[in-house]
Amino acid sequence: MKKDIILAGVGGQGILSIATIIGDAALNQDLFLKQAEVHGMSQRGGDVQSNLRLSSNPIASDLIPLRGADLIISLEPMEALRYLPFLAEDGWIVTNSEPFVNIPNYPEIDAVMAELKKVKNLVLLNVDEIAKECGNPRAANMVLLGAASPYLGMEAEKIEAGIARIFGRKGQEVVDSNIEALRAGRAVALGAEN
Amino acid sequence: MKNKQLLLGDEAIALAAIHAGIAGVYAYPGTPSTEITEFIQGNRIAQERGVHSRWCTNEKTAMEAALGVSYVGRRAIVCMKHVGMNVAADAFVNSGITGANGGLLVIAADDPSMHSSQNEQDSRFYGKFSFIPVLEPSNQQEAYDMTRFGLELSEKMRTPVMMRVTTRMAHSRAVVEVDDQIEEHTEIRFPENARSWILLPAISRRRYVEVLANYQQLEEMANESQYNAYIDGPDHSMGVIACGIAYNYLMENMPEGNRFPVLKISQYPFPKGLIRKMSETCESILVLEEGQPLLEEYLRGILDNGKRVLGRLSGELPRTGELTADNIKPALGLGEVPSEEIPSVVTARPPALCQGCGHRDVYTALNQVLAEYPNHRVFSDIGCYTLGALPPFQAIHSTVDMGASITMAKGAADAGLFPAVSVIGDSTFTHSGMTGLLDAVNSKAPITVVISDNLTTGMTGGQDSAGTGKLERICEAIGVEPEHIRVVVPLAKNMPEITEIIREELNYQGVSVIIPRRECIQTFARKAKQRKAEAKN
Repeated sequence: MKKDIILAGVGGQGILSIATIIGDAALNQDLFLKQAEVHGMSQRGGDVQSNLRLSSNPIASDLIPLRGADLIISLEPMEALRYLPFLAEDGWIVTNSEPFVNIPNYPEIDAVMAELKKVKNLVLLNVDEIAKECGNPRAANMVLLGAASPYLGMEAEKIEAGIARIFGRKGQEVVDSNIEALRAGRAVALGAEN
Repeated sequence: MKNKQLLLGDEAIALAAIHAGIAGVYAYPGTPSTEITEFIQGNRIAQERGVHSRWCTNEKTAMEAALGVSYVGRRAIVCMKHVGMNVAADAFVNSGITGANGGLLVIAADDPSMHSSQNEQDSRFYGKFSFIPVLEPSNQQEAYDMTRFGLELSEKMRTPVMMRVTTRMAHSRAVVEVDDQIEEHTEIRFPENARSWILLPAISRRRYVEVLANYQQLEEMANESQYNAYIDGPDHSMGVIACGIAYNYLMENMPEGNRFPVLKISQYPFPKGLIRKMSETCESILVLEEGQPLLEEYLRGILDNGKRVLGRLSGELPRTGELTADNIKPALGLGEVPSEEIPSVVTARPPALCQGCGHRDVYTALNQVLAEYPNHRVFSDIGCYTLGALPPFQAIHSTVDMGASITMAKGAADAGLFPAVSVIGDSTFTHSGMTGLLDAVNSKAPITVVISDNLTTGMTGGQDSAGTGKLERICEAIGVEPEHIRVVVPLAKNMPEITEIIREELNYQGVSVIIPRRECIQTFARKAKQRKAEAKN
């Protein structure tokens, strides 16, 4: 098993909590893992990404090579496109459709969508809206993770168990509501594939 | 007991230092080194053992305090980003002459590609320059193991040891096997040759000879080091030397095993014996090293005759920026670098000052007043407020090094510029601004210094700032006249007052200090969240 995943978004959106849960699930399956993050200046509202590599064999580089990513998971549609050179030919993009506009020259959203739709394997969903419908607007991350879950190479239960371990400290209610958000996202992805 | 943990490179170093029984970590925050000290601050065992972990005012005070710990025979680590080495350099270089008593490990975190820095200087040069051995782990496990090894090496060879990491090591996570049996190094034990620590010329001359002999021995140890490895390969048309994490990028391209002979280097001085061995059996040598071409230049020499040496200088590798598994491909004969072209619709998203940040109000006010003075120049400094260079403010004209805002404004004023304004943060001011302010006061330079006080070291994530609660008294003690130390609250509603004060102080023919003071909104939000959580429990 080998999965190279790029997590993308804007500083402050919380891509790292997605990485934490996938990482936890991977460790519990005794997979090798490397996860490179960017800290410091770029976190202040700039573009941020994290490279997450999972494998049943030892991993050499902390960074994913160009054309090497099996999956790009993005909390922001334009940010998903920023890492397109890293996407493998058969790779998937799973991205939020809701733009995060904090720059004056943000492109026309239609142009962003048109570019995204050129990607062969795409799951596009409004994670903010779905999270709100689930009654947990702060779980947009989990909706996105759910939508990406069919492409992670591990069973959904393993990811749910990861959520239970990571959020366990905050009580069963928080765990359940995050798992509900995860399932809602997963349902959208599975629907899109059919 | 041995156990496995998922750790950032920085965290692996921190945990190893705790397990190695350090008495203290000495550091000033700087990306990508900050998490080492933060980890120790938050670690229960370190707290129970009373490990010193309070932030220092700057890298020089950190280095010197750690040298004091070493003098009395206990262990310490010092952590800084690469440019912090410049600040610590006086102490660091001379510690090469005093040598160490208790284990002393200096961790320099370099930032090739300048993710969060003003240059990409390579700290290994400092090691070579100071005759201090350098360790450069290639993965997080080695970061853990070599931290412990480095402290032992320091004691064994009676020298400080440097560990050089880069952003991708510091800020990347992997599973690390640790041994949490903590070593005991708690006894005070003075140096055997106590005179070596008094660097009078006569003593230093003697010590220099000893240090050079010691360095030769360290070189032999590098040939035998378990962290340096010569791995033979079938194709001797080229040998590849890979330093530190460059080894990973090489192996990423050799999943079936290495085609060329490979020399992995993680312990310096350069293992000359191993390099010679490669040179004898290979037609050319490719050097993969993160940062600057230190080894390549060394191998090439000034006359550049003999063996073909390939690397950043020869054009086989990019001259600047980080290495990657992709950009070393052509040098390995594995084809071209794949295209990195992104769709044209993708727009740059530079970092920006947070919404609601006090620095924003400072720049709004400054821009409003300074518009009246077309010749004005604003000399700024290192911190979040450097982002005032970008739209919408475009308010500053220089950023060079920690503290340069005040001294550059003074120099410009000396040369006749009016108005000369300095913008510096509270933490940067106590780091390296105070001495410059004294220069300005002593020559009554007509400058206006804005100390934008957010009560924290903001850019690195909100660490304690050494001058909090003391800034007015520091400025007054340095000699700024009390009536020209003005404190304001940077909020939109106070704009008339702030602009009026700036106008008054610009026109004062001496040193004025304006202190806009409002807590960083990031630390404010974090504390509010904590309070809420506490109230709930």
